[in-house]
Amino acid sequence: MRRAVIAFTAFLGGLIFLLAVPAQAAAPDQGLRGSLKLQGQPVNGVKIVVTTESGQPVKEVTSNAQGTWEVPITDTGKYKVTLDVKTLPPNAEIRGGNAVRTPTVFSGNMSTVLFALQPKGGGGAAADTGTSSFWTQAAQLTFEGINLGLIIALAALGLSLIYGTTGLTNFAHGELVTLGALLAYLFNVTFGLHLIPAAIIAVIVGGMLGYLQDRLFWGQLRRRGTGTIAMMIISIGVALFLRYVFLIFFGGQTESFSQYTAQPGVQIGPISAAPKNFVAMGIELAVLIIVGIALLRTRTGKAARAVADNPALAASSGINVDRVIRIIWTTGGAIAALAGVMLGLSQNLKYTMGQDILLLIFAGVTLGGLGTAFGALVGSLVVGLFIQVSTLWVPPELKSLGALAVLIIVLLVRPQGILGRRERIG
Amino acid sequence: MDWITIISTTVKAAIGVETVLYALAAIGINIHFGYTGLLNFGQAAFMGVAGYGLAVTVAVMGLPFWLGIIVGLAAAVVLAIVLGIPTLRLRADYLAIVTIAAAEIVRLIFRSVAFKDIFGGSDGQRGFSDGFYALNPFPEGTYGIGWFSFNHRLLWVLLVGWILVGISCGIVYLLMKSPWGRVLKAIREDEDAVRSLGKNVFSYKMQSLILGGVIGCLGGFVYGLAFASVQPDIFGTETTFFAYTIVILGGAARVFGPVVGSMIFWVLLVLVNGLLSGAVESGIITFMSPVQVGPVRFILVGLGLILLLVYRPQGIFGDKREIAIDAR
Amino acid sequence: MRAETTTERKAAALAAFKDLARDPGVPKPDPILVVDNVVRRFGGLTAVEVEHVEIQRGSITALIGPNGAGKTTFFNQLTGFDTADGGTWAFNGNRMTGVPAHRVARAGMVRTFQLTKALSRLTVMENMRLGAQQQRGENFWRALIPSSWRGQEDAITEQAEELLARFKLDTKREDFAGSLSGGQRKLLEMARALMVKPELVMLDEPMAGVNPALTQSLLGHVKDLREQGMTVLFVEHDMDMVRDISDWVIVMAQGAIIAEGPPDTIMSDARVIDAYLGAHHDAPLSDKELEEQLHEAEEALEAEIEEETQK
Repeated sequence: MRRAVIAFTAFLGGLIFLLAVPAQAAAPDQGLRGSLKLQGQPVNGVKIVVTTESGQPVKEVTSNAQGTWEVPITDTGKYKVTLDVKTLPPNAEIRGGNAVRTPTVFSGNMSTVLFALQPKGGGGAAADTGTSSFWTQAAQLTFEGINLGLIIALAALGLSLIYGTTGLTNFAHGELVTLGALLAYLFNVTFGLHLIPAAIIAVIVGGMLGYLQDRLFWGQLRRRGTGTIAMMIISIGVALFLRYVFLIFFGGQTESFSQYTAQPGVQIGPISAAPKNFVAMGIELAVLIIVGIALLRTRTGKAARAVADNPALAASSGINVDRVIRIIWTTGGAIAALAGVMLGLSQNLKYTMGQDILLLIFAGVTLGGLGTAFGALVGSLVVGLFIQVSTLWVPPELKSLGALAVLIIVLLVRPQGILGRRERIG
Repeated sequence: MDWITIISTTVKAAIGVETVLYALAAIGINIHFGYTGLLNFGQAAFMGVAGYGLAVTVAVMGLPFWLGIIVGLAAAVVLAIVLGIPTLRLRADYLAIVTIAAAEIVRLIFRSVAFKDIFGGSDGQRGFSDGFYALNPFPEGTYGIGWFSFNHRLLWVLLVGWILVGISCGIVYLLMKSPWGRVLKAIREDEDAVRSLGKNVFSYKMQSLILGGVIGCLGGFVYGLAFASVQPDIFGTETTFFAYTIVILGGAARVFGPVVGSMIFWVLLVLVNGLLSGAVESGIITFMSPVQVGPVRFILVGLGLILLLVYRPQGIFGDKREIAIDAR
Repeated sequence: MRAETTTERKAAALAAFKDLARDPGVPKPDPILVVDNVVRRFGGLTAVEVEHVEIQRGSITALIGPNGAGKTTFFNQLTGFDTADGGTWAFNGNRMTGVPAHRVARAGMVRTFQLTKALSRLTVMENMRLGAQQQRGENFWRALIPSSWRGQEDAITEQAEELLARFKLDTKREDFAGSLSGGQRKLLEMARALMVKPELVMLDEPMAGVNPALTQSLLGHVKDLREQGMTVLFVEHDMDMVRDISDWVIVMAQGAIIAEGPPDTIMSDARVIDAYLGAHHDAPLSDKELEEQLHEAEEALEAEIEEETQK
């Protein structure tokens, strides 16, 4: 066991080394940044002018597709930040009307400058621009919900398979998602690779790390006979550990990939979305179908389902359980990494991105029935759809709340989940 | 490096506010997890509803302090019942997921713009602790000897806090020696067996959830009163996980385990923080910036949790034979 | 204790069964438990479908049947551990349908489990005390005042000590139950069930996994229960044991009761032979039989794993 921990530490050390590179290259030491959003949607192309307190110009930037902007600053002190109101979209205005902020920049710190935007003409959230009716909005949100649901499904599938085969409720699965995104960022932004090869490398490395995690850590714990609840709490430790390793080496800011960030949207029927979203959904769907078919048709897939059903019986019928679990971990790690890349593409990269989505993954998995692979798919889609479509009625900041509430209600009426079986006692 | 400051803050941490409030949260978790085997991952929500119950009653509604305490306690009881009804009949891992989800729901509501008028959004609430400090018997001034000195406000908070910790430990001691506690421990082992012996398992689990939640919620009061404010993000999932680390560190299913665990936990954390910050500032450590010191603490907690469960699941003072971690 | 001279109770039980018909569901002179139309389905599979059965008071009744016959599931229905899809049953004339497990136990119908459920990290004595009913200290508020339950606890302890001595576990009283051997756990579970002071004891495979040296003593204890006026219903596979201790045998197959009769003749009943060997001995195994065999292997393995991990 000592070997296992040494190995695990070495593995984490390697991870730190991997991530250490962007730390030097990424983000300036200090500066100003901000993020512009109108009703939860990023606003790009807005001009921000930064001057010193006395009015000496420092830099002018425009917000990117994520609505974020950033100005590195060499000298600490007080600065004046002005938002050019003329560059705002015609339907937006600054809440409170004041377009000037005077933040202080401290050494080694990125200060956030806040400009809260609201729809013009009304402070309320329900201000309609008049161009989109309820139904076009509903269609748009359904599309976005499927998009989110597919990403959740990718992560949930791995979580569910790992739970099914090893009994581990892995609270560190969200960190595997983050890891995928950050690896892609490392190869894409730091090493300057195009996003597509960077993503492929990230998925491969994610799979390898999944394999190593089982080989060097979880597998060893299983061999020692560590209980499932003890393992669950260990996974919380792993999650805390990894999350803050990410924070140290990636930083607390929000980032985006070099490519495909600012894509103009295309209109298809009532839905408007950037082409990257369609491609991403295609990839997600393809991967899910491939994994699904693999589970149903291939020997390994059948073995995996057998192990999930009853490990002892599977072992006694000649299935190499350890090998199956290792394949599951590899696949789980890889598709979690893919989920991370896709999440980074459709939203942003942040060290908490995996943590933020973890509960939704759990919701998807539980909704579908713990341990059933296809249940996880269905559950995740329901969660994704529910979250986005519910914003028709609830403020976007509370959209996850509905999904979590539904999780609790489903457990109340159908504890085994949508596709789960009622357990037979005795 | 400023050794005096580092050592004195470390020594003070052993009985400081964080130690008190996490000890209370951990005593609650020890009842849930250590004695009953319930995986409540939403302890932060119990602290949150209590802190906010007090804050909103006093600061927003303008009602007296003692009423705020009653509202906070009632909120914790209601939360336990609402969480318990759907989940206590289900497997342990479902309870874990539901409680963590519920804790997030509570936190999101507290910080939402929609309820800003009541809960104050991400800034939280302040200005509700005057009633508490009005009861302070200590006249203004500084008390204590040498490093162990506190101002009258902090002394009052600590006194009340440690009295609460003492009472809680006393209650746990009495209960766990009683037949009631025996039923809880039996449920942890095998609830079907307990059911077959004529005990209403659901009712006992609910009592355990309420008791642990109420004791944990005292931690929420201590936080709110000590810092004279509540913010939503204080009551995040990491708070719960810290409390779990403390329970396991001190030894689950031990009466004083959570208290000792909390003391060790905060002494270590404050010491590491002091040493690292000092080393970075004085240029001994050059590969880190001061802002990176904060995350290192969390990394150490994570690593500590892993190592504890792998090597000493019974905690520092636990009995190996009676590890309260499910090993079946 | 051995049955060289038939005891009074045994004689009484045998007399009650003397002239009964061998049909499934035959009425008994003084039934303690009466079951009607209990059905339990799992998806498409009907696990239990019992039309009518009665258990004679003061007797030892064996419930036998091939694997997958639904014996344990039937036990679970009766004791409130699983919800039946339909049917009614009455214990001592009181309707027990839908009554939760803990109330069933309080009513005087206590069961044990196929896979022993010793409460591993409680001592043997604590295990025993847990079985006692009406302990005032099990109420939250009274628990806080030790003087309100101390006296009762002492009485319970005394009673537990007697039982432990009878089951030869008195030397182990302060050991953790998890440290006992498989057979000792079975003994403990039975002794603990007796602490409830039941009228009907339901034993689910009391001999499974017990070392042969302990079997005789366990058998003696089961017979003892009847001598003390309790009724015993037990599930068992070992026919020697069934023949040795039971007064009456009920046979289940594929969820239904197919025959009843005295132990010495029941195994020669054509319906029973069919059920055990299959009406078509030479035909290849059907899917269902295969599944049952699989289930059997599964259970054996699970028991093994449980044994393994509890060490």
